[in-house]
Amino acid sequence: MTATTMSAPATISAEMTSGHTRDRALWGALMLMPYILVFAVMVVYPVGYGLWLGLNWQSYRALFADPIFVRTVVNTIIFLFVAVNLKFLLALWLSGFFVQQRAWVRIVLVLFILPWAVPSIPTILSFRVMLNPENGMLNQQLFHWFGIVEGPGWLTDPTLAFASSIMVHIWKSLPFWTLILVTGRLAISQDLYEAASVDGANGWQQFRFITWPSLATLYVTSTMLSMIWTLGDFNSVYLLTGGGPGDLNHVLATLGIRYMRNNNLDLGIASIIVAMPLILPMVFVMVKRLSKGAE
Amino acid sequence: MKKVLDEGKLILIAIPVLLWTLLPIYHLFVLSISNQESMLAGKLWPDQPTLQNFQIVFKQQHYYLTNFWLQMFNSFFIAVATGLLTLFVATCAAFAIARLRVRGGRTIMNLALATYLIPAAFLAIPMYKAMGSYGLLNTQTALILAMVALASPYAIWVLKQASDKLPKELDEAAIMDGATSLQLFRMVYLPLMKPSMVVIGIYALLLAWNEYLYAFLLLSSEKAVPLAVGLGLFLSADDAPWNLLMAAGLLYAIPPAVIYYGFRKNMVGGLTSGAVKS
Repeated sequence: MTATTMSAPATISAEMTSGHTRDRALWGALMLMPYILVFAVMVVYPVGYGLWLGLNWQSYRALFADPIFVRTVVNTIIFLFVAVNLKFLLALWLSGFFVQQRAWVRIVLVLFILPWAVPSIPTILSFRVMLNPENGMLNQQLFHWFGIVEGPGWLTDPTLAFASSIMVHIWKSLPFWTLILVTGRLAISQDLYEAASVDGANGWQQFRFITWPSLATLYVTSTMLSMIWTLGDFNSVYLLTGGGPGDLNHVLATLGIRYMRNNNLDLGIASIIVAMPLILPMVFVMVKRLSKGAE
Repeated sequence: MKKVLDEGKLILIAIPVLLWTLLPIYHLFVLSISNQESMLAGKLWPDQPTLQNFQIVFKQQHYYLTNFWLQMFNSFFIAVATGLLTLFVATCAAFAIARLRVRGGRTIMNLALATYLIPAAFLAIPMYKAMGSYGLLNTQTALILAMVALASPYAIWVLKQASDKLPKELDEAAIMDGATSLQLFRMVYLPLMKPSMVVIGIYALLLAWNEYLYAFLLLSSEKAVPLAVGLGLFLSADDAPWNLLMAAGLLYAIPPAVIYYGFRKNMVGGLTSGAVKS
């Protein structure tokens, strides 16, 4: 009698658990299904199809024979190197400004985020009109104030146009990365700085021995993320110059679309596949880094 | 004395930073209230500021603007549909991975993260071809599906991290009371996740509202495109009425900016929050 009453709850709970495990596995699979479907239909199939289209070896020969492609690869590397480093040095420096605990600095911060908060289309087109060499506001003002009759060809000179695209890219993405580094700086204990200034450390020494060591991991992670995304920046080049003048200023993100619009899909696909050895290792490293950080 | 010096130094930084940040936005605004002459003269401030551009935009009285309101509605519809669908897909997935600990959840998570990291510009052409073979080209369904595919990975990532923070004991207690997984989802999980879900819904909504590349690849009819593409049409002519474009662009930029500022505190740092801690 006592034995049955003792064991009864145990069996019930065992039954409950096994019923629960089955229920759990079933619902787990069911609820993962929508994303698996989206992933299969919108990622796996397109990528597989793209790879299959990319099996045409002729198109790679044609691609490397195209001077615009070679120029684009060089452009992409310069764009990546200059834009990412410049952006992060600025972000690192400005994050030091924005951690200042002052009411007016906070107001500046709110305005500073605007480029990130508003959509690209109107602002980049605004840049495009402003930088128009003939009737844009910038050159007209240069004429008005300094009597420069023929101002710089911001969008017509190949080198300047390329620099303008880099500038627009930095304008758009600097606020986001500055905010990330501000968050990083805010996580550093204020006591460290107080102790350091008691010991007579100057500003540079405080940065060198407190700020930088605490920020380094975040800085590297962010730089790598930003490299991948900078590689994919279509808008800053396409909307500002359309890759011009004379198709000299394309980057890999815009070149594929250009080939496609010229009814040269094979070259478009090939130009994307060629970029993969550059992108995939970075993606792989970042997935490992981020999923480790999340544990 | 040192304090004053510091303040001066900070102001010396703040001025160029603000000039650099606000110049294109100021330019956008000035053109939107300029008439044709002031605009072509490149004036810093128009001789006679006017709201006429907005009037023309509102009444769609220009060739480029014939579908302004329809395209505004398209943007709205596509953004809301993307937001809701992404929420559905990502919340279910995050619950399955984080709370039900479904098998293979980790793998799916990493695959999603990889998709998120590959720049969207490189997936655009394959997606365009795939949409062609599904027969969905030039339908808003295609764009919505594409945007859901682009938004879900980050959404799952953030929601999964938020789910991990909910105490395990809640689930255990509910299971003890005989709750099924579905009841657990509806009565325990969803109410607790509401704040994160709002942020993610807005993230997906803004992503879709702001998207240009996918919209112009997947849609072509002027009646189907969102406003981003409609504004991009101004690019096709050199002597386009830029002041009208800027007026329309301003109207297009205001809703996301307002939403962004409303939820600013929650919008930054989801992805790197792990890195900040370590």
